[in-house]
Amino acid sequence: MIELNDVRKVFPARGRGPEVVALDGVDLTVRAGDFAGVVGPSGSGKSTLIRLVNLLERPTSGTVTVDGRVLTDLPADEVRRARSSIGMVFQHFELMDSRTAAANVEHPLELAGVGRAERRRRSGELLDLVGLGDRAQARPAQLSGGQKQRVAIARALAARPTVLLCDEATSALDQASTTGVLELLRRVRDELGLTVLLITHEMAVVKAVCDTAVLLEAGRVVDGGRLDQVLARGDSPLAAALLPAPVADHRVAGTLLRVTVTDTAPETHVLQVLVGRLGLDVEVAGGSVETVAGGRHGRLLLRVTGADQSGLDRALAQLRDDGSRVERVAAEVAR
Amino acid sequence: MSDWSRIAPQLLDATGETLYMVAVATVITVLLGIPLGVLLTVTGPGALAPRPVLHRVLGLLVNLGRSLPFIILLVLVAPLTRGLVGTTIGSTAAIVPLTVGAVPFLARLVETSLREVSHGKVEAALAMGARRRDVVRTVLLPEALPSLVAGTTVTVVALISYSAMAGAIGGGGLGDFAIRFGYQQFRTDITLLTVALLLVVVQALQFGGDTWARRLARR
Repeated sequence: MIELNDVRKVFPARGRGPEVVALDGVDLTVRAGDFAGVVGPSGSGKSTLIRLVNLLERPTSGTVTVDGRVLTDLPADEVRRARSSIGMVFQHFELMDSRTAAANVEHPLELAGVGRAERRRRSGELLDLVGLGDRAQARPAQLSGGQKQRVAIARALAARPTVLLCDEATSALDQASTTGVLELLRRVRDELGLTVLLITHEMAVVKAVCDTAVLLEAGRVVDGGRLDQVLARGDSPLAAALLPAPVADHRVAGTLLRVTVTDTAPETHVLQVLVGRLGLDVEVAGGSVETVAGGRHGRLLLRVTGADQSGLDRALAQLRDDGSRVERVAAEVAR
Repeated sequence: MSDWSRIAPQLLDATGETLYMVAVATVITVLLGIPLGVLLTVTGPGALAPRPVLHRVLGLLVNLGRSLPFIILLVLVAPLTRGLVGTTIGSTAAIVPLTVGAVPFLARLVETSLREVSHGKVEAALAMGARRRDVVRTVLLPEALPSLVAGTTVTVVALISYSAMAGAIGGGGLGDFAIRFGYQQFRTDITLLTVALLLVVVQALQFGGDTWARRLARR
């Protein structure tokens, strides 16, 4: 489990520049076994946040607790020991070029004083786990980006951590490698029961792997929760970031309706009422529906023509009573 | 040219003295210069163990050592030489000023090499639970090794050039030989021969160092 409590991080002024408040009172809880994401634009404090969890960066105030241990209260050498139970994966892999893939995986074990035979056995096992059993003797320079990140993941898992931190782990990878690495992360989480905290600026990454997510803006958590619940709410900043609202042309005649789609409020019921019962002309003006966190989520923009407005309002009220998420979109004032 | 039989053994001796001075000075320089370079690196601002005062003092000493002309340094360290070796004359005595001159030189090169190791790799090791000395031992030095070998090669070549000057104040070696037999006896051919010999030695060392560094970097 990871817990940040009212964490602030202020970087002192450099030269004549002002001091920088990177994190401004952040509370964050990641339950054991959860795959949690932190999203936000660059400069929002994501990188600082993840580096606080293993105290690569010390908070100016507030506490950091991992698996029940308050790291911010520990003396330096115990922090060091605690770090070996927190694996970390980086955007640019940070493998040692002087070491083979196997020796990179063994690096944390060497630091922990594990004997050579055990190290070798463990690195073989981990390289198999990440699908690189045949590249044990390869140097990082001989591996592709995706392969390097797999070796880095094997290295992060070597000391049997309970927590895995992923700092933009797929941001330097192409689409195919990203998919592979995300699948791997999800699989090791499931198989090893890890708690994973991932930061990224790519919403697709969050949608692909996370159970929970928070949105960070200017050093503050502005929204967050379990992904299925956040998306079902539809109108939150995080939901808007994850599923951008469709854009429609207001100059075309007709009434625009926004429908938030979830498994419990499918669009089919709305369409049945509007088309089947009221006999209206309905076209899809925009939108998308995708499967996230095991459920269908999306937003649709419908353009309705031939409607008697008061009749439409009554129908919409009825639909909302039935549990459907549908509302009129106010037409922008034409200039 | 009948005097070659007289000169040749002395040339051989002089070459031996140069190699002896340079070899011993290189070993001591590496043993002292690399730790000093490490210390310079890790005490720097924002580095592993920032110690601003120590960093500045070390930096000053290194700059002092590097800015003094070697011929002045030779004279300045004479008391130290006498204290350590018992005399200021001879090849063994010359090793002291050679080392004093080369250590700051190598230390700076080591610092530059270590600073080129990306901070990300250092952080990766810290995140694994590495102590600071583990970071030096398992990240900085091995990752910078090709560059350290190249820097050491440059230092050895500088040592050869210093050693020729050390000869001028009684250190022996090829520099001394060139001055006594070539310059003072108006034998330009001997001077040129000595220069050629030095060039061969330098070329061989540079080639060896480059090859080694390249092999390490190709890993």
